[in-house]
Amino acid sequence: MSGPSTYVPKSAVGRWFESRLPIMGLMHSSFVTYPTPRNLNYFWAFGGILSLMLGVQIITGIVLVMHYTPHVDFAFSSVEHIMRDVNWGWFLRYTHANGASMFFVAVYIHMLRGLYYGSYKAPREVLWILGVIIFLLMMATAFMGYVLPWGQMSFWGATVITNLFSAIPVVGNAITTWLWGGYSVDNPTLNRFFSLHYLLPFMIAGIVILHIWALHVAGQNNPTGVEVKNVKRDTVPFTPYATIKDGFAMVVFLAFFSWFIFYVPNYLGHADNYIPANPLVTPSHIVPEWYFLPFYAILRAIPDKLGGVIAMFSSIAVLAFLPWLDTSRVRSANYRPVYQVFFWVFVACGIGLGYLGAMPAEGGYVIASRILTIYYFAFFLIIMPLLGLFETPKPLPASIADSVLPRGGSAGAVAAGAASAPQTK
Amino acid sequence: MIRTTKLSLVSLGLAALLAAGSAQAAEDAHSAPKPARQAWTFAGPFGSFDQPQLQRGFQVYREVCSNCHSLQRIAFRNLAEEGGPGFSEGQVKALAAEYKVKDGPNDAGDMFERPGRASDRFPSPFANESAARAALGAVPPDFSVLAKARGYSRGFPLFLLDGLPIPGGGYQEHGVDYIYALLNGYSKDEDPNYNDYFPGHKIGMAKPIADGAVDYTDGSPKTLQQYARDVSAFMMWTAEPKLEERKKTGFRVMAFLLVLAGLLYYTKKKVWADAH
Repeated sequence: MSGPSTYVPKSAVGRWFESRLPIMGLMHSSFVTYPTPRNLNYFWAFGGILSLMLGVQIITGIVLVMHYTPHVDFAFSSVEHIMRDVNWGWFLRYTHANGASMFFVAVYIHMLRGLYYGSYKAPREVLWILGVIIFLLMMATAFMGYVLPWGQMSFWGATVITNLFSAIPVVGNAITTWLWGGYSVDNPTLNRFFSLHYLLPFMIAGIVILHIWALHVAGQNNPTGVEVKNVKRDTVPFTPYATIKDGFAMVVFLAFFSWFIFYVPNYLGHADNYIPANPLVTPSHIVPEWYFLPFYAILRAIPDKLGGVIAMFSSIAVLAFLPWLDTSRVRSANYRPVYQVFFWVFVACGIGLGYLGAMPAEGGYVIASRILTIYYFAFFLIIMPLLGLFETPKPLPASIADSVLPRGGSAGAVAAGAASAPQTK
Repeated sequence: MIRTTKLSLVSLGLAALLAAGSAQAAEDAHSAPKPARQAWTFAGPFGSFDQPQLQRGFQVYREVCSNCHSLQRIAFRNLAEEGGPGFSEGQVKALAAEYKVKDGPNDAGDMFERPGRASDRFPSPFANESAARAALGAVPPDFSVLAKARGYSRGFPLFLLDGLPIPGGGYQEHGVDYIYALLNGYSKDEDPNYNDYFPGHKIGMAKPIADGAVDYTDGSPKTLQQYARDVSAFMMWTAEPKLEERKKTGFRVMAFLLVLAGLLYYTKKKVWADAH
């Protein structure tokens, strides 16, 4: 979509440099002239918001590491030292801890956006799969980050999750011992989690670059799901249109984020994590962070340990196969009246699973978890393949421009005006 | 679009009903009553600590609680820092000097005791956990972060409101409310270890404080309720000493972001005026 760069450096130094490394041209074609569909709504701002969150997490994280001590005897105290004695330490830590939650708020909206508008369908399969890999890496990073303060939930969460690997037949126990670096969660575990927690965000950043690259090859999807037919009529240049819109969305998101940092910083955490880790005392309920709850509910819905582990990992792995599970010819759910219903039931199912994941695994909760788990998988494995064959979609607009621009002769004039807008305004 | 919204509302409503049903079941499983929500000066976006209350709370801690409970993460100097009980530096020095602190080794290789300094942390009542267990049968929890380490859930759907910026929302004081309720929850005279609010009701700590136990000098009532309120507030401060700074900074950040958002919104409108 980007096409060859039309960037011409203004200064002699710029021209000298550009002919040796055309990085300014790359930036220019990626973030200035890059054509974005004219009809994007605010759900398309979450990609930018996620990049911002990755930056926030890496910067606050790097500073936190300057004051944190990865040792079972000192980790909890060093976090309290950050909260009390480090200048702006409370701000860094609350930003980083709530930042993880905000990251997941944004990524879930981003993923559901893709699911609703069919953004995973050809030619964006690789783009989507890269996203699934980013999501997996995010989960691993967040999980290991939660272990670092070495509170009760850190320790017992780590114990429960690493123990899952012991369900693997024959080699399970050996793998678990290898992960722990010993025979229980202890100092070596904390040390390797710390190391990986620092490494993985940079791997995420690398895959984010691939994700954006793939996006800029295929071009953005849009609420109609109709491909760009006429770049002039259907798109507007990234700058200033997307820049200002994404900028506004980012600031609104930061205000939402700030509410948590400054006013309810512990709302999304668990009180037990302010108790130093104690291998001899098990908390009455071991609950993961909220963003893992739906998957935790799926894990516990299956009566067999190995089966539960397989179900949990499958619930994420299945996402990678979406481009081939969905048989619909139409991308956007706006034109799929039946799919729309199943989609919203799926969203409710995810919220329900999240709630059940926080409840004890007993009685009615388990039965409800099983019903919702069945729907979760049926949505991907049965509904999506069959619905595309039987559903009659609503008529699609002839083009992106037709879906947003007023009818009549004004469309051409508007498109011409839009194309020249950066210069004239 | 309207149709979509309606559908989403229906499905969310279904999820809510389902969740409400299971929340009821959870309620039945745990019979301890929920602590009542108290009015605290430090609650809400503009909350700040009541200095005389923190000073009284410190007095309660020092005269009663500190016999068993440590306060390891608090240094004497913290008592004079901004956003805290507001003792003067002179008061803090004098207070610290009343404590004996173990230091060393000295040049001869021996440990020795010296009077405390403002930079020292509060000495613990027991040398180590084993000593505490030997004397009391259990290890009393350290007070430093206890107000954040305790809490309760208001259950579905109220817990959702706890996180929202609405009247009655933004609730972060579960821990202090629990501690306040616990101190007032010794309801059986014949069993000093029975507590209404403790999970399972059998609490290791026998009723720790009664009316008249601490002699307030500022005319505040010398009642259990007042002691409980003051020491709970003090514990919130030890757990969150930067609370005031946080909330004040938050107001400036929010004001800045909202103004910036407004400016960006109108700029965006202008840029997009002819594109739609």
